[in-house]
Amino acid sequence: MPKGLSQTGYISKEELEKAPGIPSAERRKKGPVAVIECIQDIPCNPCETSCPTGAITVGEDITNLPVLDEEKCVGCRSCVPICPGQAIFVVDESLDNGKATVTVPYEFLPLPEKGQTVIALDRSGKELGEAVVDSVRVSEKMDHTTLVTILVPREWSMEARGFRRK
Amino acid sequence: MKRYEMISIGAGPAGLAGAIEAAKRGVQVVVFDENDRPGGQLFKQIHKFFGSYEHFARIRGFNIGKQLLEEANRLGVEVFLNAVVIGVYEGLVLNVMMNNSIIEHVRAEKILVATGASENMIPFPGWTLPGVIGAGAAQTMANIHGIRPGNKILMVGSGNVGLVVSYQLLQAGCNVAAIIDAAPQIGGYGVHAAKVARYGVPFYMSHTIKAAHGKQRVEGATVIEVDKNWRPVPGTEKDFDVDTICLAVGLNPMTQLLRMSKCKMVYEPVLGGYVPAHDINQETSIPGIYAAGDVSGIEEASTAIIEGRIAGLSIAHSLGYMDTEDFLREREEQLRNLKGLRSGGHGEARGSAKEHLIQALEG
Amino acid sequence: MRIEEHPILGKFEKGRKVKFTFDGKTLEGFEGEPIAVALRSNGVMIHRYTSKRNEPRGVFCAIGRCTDCVMIVNGVPNVRTCIEPLKEGMVVETQRGKGSIKEPE
Repeated sequence: MPKGLSQTGYISKEELEKAPGIPSAERRKKGPVAVIECIQDIPCNPCETSCPTGAITVGEDITNLPVLDEEKCVGCRSCVPICPGQAIFVVDESLDNGKATVTVPYEFLPLPEKGQTVIALDRSGKELGEAVVDSVRVSEKMDHTTLVTILVPREWSMEARGFRRK
Repeated sequence: MKRYEMISIGAGPAGLAGAIEAAKRGVQVVVFDENDRPGGQLFKQIHKFFGSYEHFARIRGFNIGKQLLEEANRLGVEVFLNAVVIGVYEGLVLNVMMNNSIIEHVRAEKILVATGASENMIPFPGWTLPGVIGAGAAQTMANIHGIRPGNKILMVGSGNVGLVVSYQLLQAGCNVAAIIDAAPQIGGYGVHAAKVARYGVPFYMSHTIKAAHGKQRVEGATVIEVDKNWRPVPGTEKDFDVDTICLAVGLNPMTQLLRMSKCKMVYEPVLGGYVPAHDINQETSIPGIYAAGDVSGIEEASTAIIEGRIAGLSIAHSLGYMDTEDFLREREEQLRNLKGLRSGGHGEARGSAKEHLIQALEG
Repeated sequence: MRIEEHPILGKFEKGRKVKFTFDGKTLEGFEGEPIAVALRSNGVMIHRYTSKRNEPRGVFCAIGRCTDCVMIVNGVPNVRTCIEPLKEGMVVETQRGKGSIKEPE
């Protein structure tokens, strides 16, 4: 049996491909878009109401997995701090210097600073390599969840999901 | 002997929610809690809750606790702290030890037992060494008292408590060396595991703790793999350089008062052990005694709040403060919420187990 | 060991800093916090030794249920230090065995 989230603690490639909240490679190239890595049927739906364009659908049965309408999604990042499972990221592969940005929800101190070099981590905590902090967004509405955007090589856009200080 | 219309035993989410619902309709309610602060486990929960947007989802546990307390205060619910209910007797009489000194006899028309649960432990060589703590203890130290329980932690147990506390320990500045579980699968929500996996915390499934080492305190731990019959596999030992071992190996409903009342108890492993049979209103086999929250089955804070509400509504109705139509309508809404929370891969088993409790009363 | 600033909870509200003694040594803690917390912040993990096998014990449950953390406080044994609030000038001692109740004079 292939090892997935329930055995290792992190989502496998196979599980990711099947998730209804993952945007297509084509859409990712066009601009910032949400990546909802939610694959278990837990009763939960704040992401649905957090989206200003109605791009996320959970529905009446709140155990449904959130479905992303990638055309409606504008990558505004409203959903990222709302998800109690910190399973939503925003990825932008439209940069033309071979780079991409990944926005992650962050709840640790100290907060990094814009321009700081950090080490990007993948879902399993493995170090990918150096990344640069593009922005750090704090707001009262986000209730102590900070949005940190890191600049990474484009190949890491669907891998980098955390970081540590260098 | 003081008489009250309703007594909530426990000022955690279930006890407070029940008191609030009843007080809203005019019931005279007091709450007794043995701790020196109210809120039960809620104030240690610093993560955002799941569930529906309408019911506390995305709000952090301790803020939900604050909201409940404010509402209880506004409604005139009296909460007695340092008040241990030491016995329940015939005629719904309680003995309450106040402030470690005097014992008061009180009588209620309706009692809501919301005493929650206590942590399980597993014995292993070295388990009595300072440095071996319950996962709840780690939460209390970090989130209530602002102190790291240790520097390098081994978490034993991958249910939601083990996963959530591991994340909270990272937030407190600790290093979590590993999360182990004798089961082959992670017990809690995948997202809780993912939150710590991405920061480098490794998971060792099918591993149990073999021993804690140290002369006067924990200085290290050895874990060992188990086969599918739960037997340790010799030669698979792994050592961890840790100063703290956290046990997150399940919760056990604190049903002493219920058992004393001689209400019908049912053995439900999924719910944590012996729990009281209760009807759809959370009333046990003893008329006038209700049970809600973890004491009636280990679940979550969100289900505890809703069960408390249902009990409070039923109490208000049975005391004549609510007409039947309103009661049924409001109860229906709460039952729908409860059903939603007891669905999906994680919730279904709990839902079925709870059905057994209701059937046990009818049988 | 103390958390200076917590990412969710910010700074912890504490009472004023007070002195107390542990086995004769003067230590500092915050008034009102559990004695066990003040001890732990000073690196003290052993609260007592068991009667039969003289084994070290300390905090386990941290909410006053298991009694593993009991010590002698101001001459009174079996005090649950994980919930007993620290007061200025408290005399805290490692408990050996069960402790005894002093007869009133």
